[in-house]
Amino acid sequence: MNRLPILTLSHISKRFAAQEVLSDFHLTINDGEFFTILGPSGCGKTTVLRLIAGFEQPNEGKILLNGEDIAGIPAEKRPVNTVFQSYALFPHLSVFDNVAFGLKMAEVDAQNIAVRVADALAIVRLSDFATRKPHQLSGGQKQRVAIARAVVNRPKILLLDESLSALDHKLRQQMQLELKQLQRQLGITFVYVTHDQEEALSMSDRILVMHNGQAQQVGTPREIYEAPRNLFVAQFIGEINVFDGEITRALGEYQYQAMINGVERDIRCDHRFAAGDRVHVMLRPEDLRIDCRPNVLERKGFPGVVLERNYTGQTLNSHIRLENGQAVTVHEFFDEDDPDFDYSINQKVGVDWVPGWEHVIPAERSGQA
Amino acid sequence: MKVLNFRRVAIVLTLVWLGLFVLVPHVLVVLTSVMSPDPQHLAVWPVTLASWERLFEPVYAEVFWRSLWLSTLTTAICLVLGYPFAYIVAKLPGVWRGVLLFLMIVPFWTNSLIRTYAIKLILGNKGLVNAALLGAGLVDEPLQLLYTPFAVVFGLVYVLLPFMVLPLVSSFDKLDGTLLEAARDLGAAFWARFRLIIVPLTMPGIIAGSLMVFLPAMGMFYVADLLGGAKNLLLGNIIKNQFLVVRDWPFGAAFSVALIVIMAGLLWLYFLANQRINRQGGLDDEGL
Ligand SMILES: Nc1ncnc2c1ncn2[C@@H]1O[C@H](COP(=O)(O)OP(=O)(O)OP(=O)(O)O)[C@@H](O)[C@H]1O
Ligand SMILES: [Mg+2]
Repeated sequence: MNRLPILTLSHISKRFAAQEVLSDFHLTINDGEFFTILGPSGCGKTTVLRLIAGFEQPNEGKILLNGEDIAGIPAEKRPVNTVFQSYALFPHLSVFDNVAFGLKMAEVDAQNIAVRVADALAIVRLSDFATRKPHQLSGGQKQRVAIARAVVNRPKILLLDESLSALDHKLRQQMQLELKQLQRQLGITFVYVTHDQEEALSMSDRILVMHNGQAQQVGTPREIYEAPRNLFVAQFIGEINVFDGEITRALGEYQYQAMINGVERDIRCDHRFAAGDRVHVMLRPEDLRIDCRPNVLERKGFPGVVLERNYTGQTLNSHIRLENGQAVTVHEFFDEDDPDFDYSINQKVGVDWVPGWEHVIPAERSGQA
Repeated sequence: MKVLNFRRVAIVLTLVWLGLFVLVPHVLVVLTSVMSPDPQHLAVWPVTLASWERLFEPVYAEVFWRSLWLSTLTTAICLVLGYPFAYIVAKLPGVWRGVLLFLMIVPFWTNSLIRTYAIKLILGNKGLVNAALLGAGLVDEPLQLLYTPFAVVFGLVYVLLPFMVLPLVSSFDKLDGTLLEAARDLGAAFWARFRLIIVPLTMPGIIAGSLMVFLPAMGMFYVADLLGGAKNLLLGNIIKNQFLVVRDWPFGAAFSVALIVIMAGLLWLYFLANQRINRQGGLDDEGL
């Protein structure tokens, strides 16, 4: 996908009183993509959207829309619409008038307004609710009105602030699909804010992971999930097991030998390391294997005992305590041919992985090798 | 059980109080209004509707319309002055807001009659305003400010402005700022936001404040007496004169009842309007 940048934030910093909410923040969003900003509560996601929408001005840095600095353009003139975290529907106006508001401001003629509002309401499946007032709607319905009210204006960029968070699981999945379809159909750039990593992974073309007002990593859902750049990203996106290790020698390009939990292992990685460098060797629970052969000498991997095991329907999730005290989580798919596939609590096992499935980054915190 | 008893006692006490000091006097006033005037005994039998018929004499209709006009003008001025002021107060950070509201209320510590006398000193021929105008050479002889309808409206606005501001501040407090951002986001410039969002959503405050200015303005006889000269400017002046000067109590009573009915009618309209706005969700939208 070769898309052109539509929006660039460069060197942005934003302070409220003494608190620095964003610092030296960079972001490039491409035309027509579904871009997600993902991060824990309070990390500054809403602030980024407010800067783009024009409700806040950056203390430093520039925001370029199609290459032009938009610092001087007030919020009401920016070709950007927002779906607010709190919906912000006008309580005194009907659903129809709420959705029609932006078109009226743009002086679209009444006939066109009627058609476009009806279309927008059909998209969010609220055609029968046009005459209702916001206080007569459920939380999910309000959210959908808020989406219709923004989409109907066909902005260049649509900003959505946790716009599906109030919906129940099923409706949420439906709306996720519909939002994606809508986005493809309209060709509008979506900037979607969420703290739900599953939602981010399933909907986005690219994801920005934020923490404490700083961009941690930008990439496709796959890059973010499989090759997290640091511990925060690794741990924020799903579960991950982190083993601390030390490089003992280089075996070739991107091939090293490392001491992990007292065992020498070969590892692969994209970084360049020297002997003595500390590393984090990370493995997703589904990439680990449990070796439960009764003979200790035959067992491969780090020795440990089973603490807990849970069925989830598709996988068996086991919690293992290694000999050094570290707890690891392993997810294994059921083997349908093996009805006895299970472990008993306190069973001695080995935890191992297929060489090459590990993801290695330089160590951030001190740990034993 | 105890709580219930306390509630019952409280309700009974309130009813007795209201009965003694509100219902009985009003019944007496209504009764008086249908009695015959008598200079010596104030009001005597037989029952007659003569006083009520007199209400429709042209001279009183004229007072009625003038009173209505002055009160309306006072209300309009209070609204124009009070609206932006209330907006600013509501948007200020805590400390400043407290200071401004406090300054607004301080004059209430002085009796409004005395404050009205103070206005006399300001507007009089040798008062502050004229002294300043003369001193600056803007006029050659003092302007006749006192004893004009202008002075009356000035005094009414001065005394009643806080009653406009306070309900408005509470309305602005309830106005959710993200709604204004949403309107901006959808392309509404300042005047559009003002007309389409701010005014409709502060309508309860506008109506409440207007009533709290308009209703007293009709009856504030002492302001009209002191600042307007000895003319029957307001309905309140007529009532006062009938009771204290002419000593025609039945007519004064009839006038009072008429004024009460007008005010009750306006309050009823307010109630209806408020209900309508509430149903629209203007006030109680689950505090998003
Ligand atoms: N107007 C403001 N004045 C002062 N501090 C603010 C203001 N707006 C945001 N902040 C602070 O900036 C930080 C980031 O806020 P922001 O709303 O961007 O977080 P968020 O990532 O959207 O969080 P959430 O997921 O909870 O919505 C928070 O610590 C917040 O307290
Ligand atoms: Mg937020």
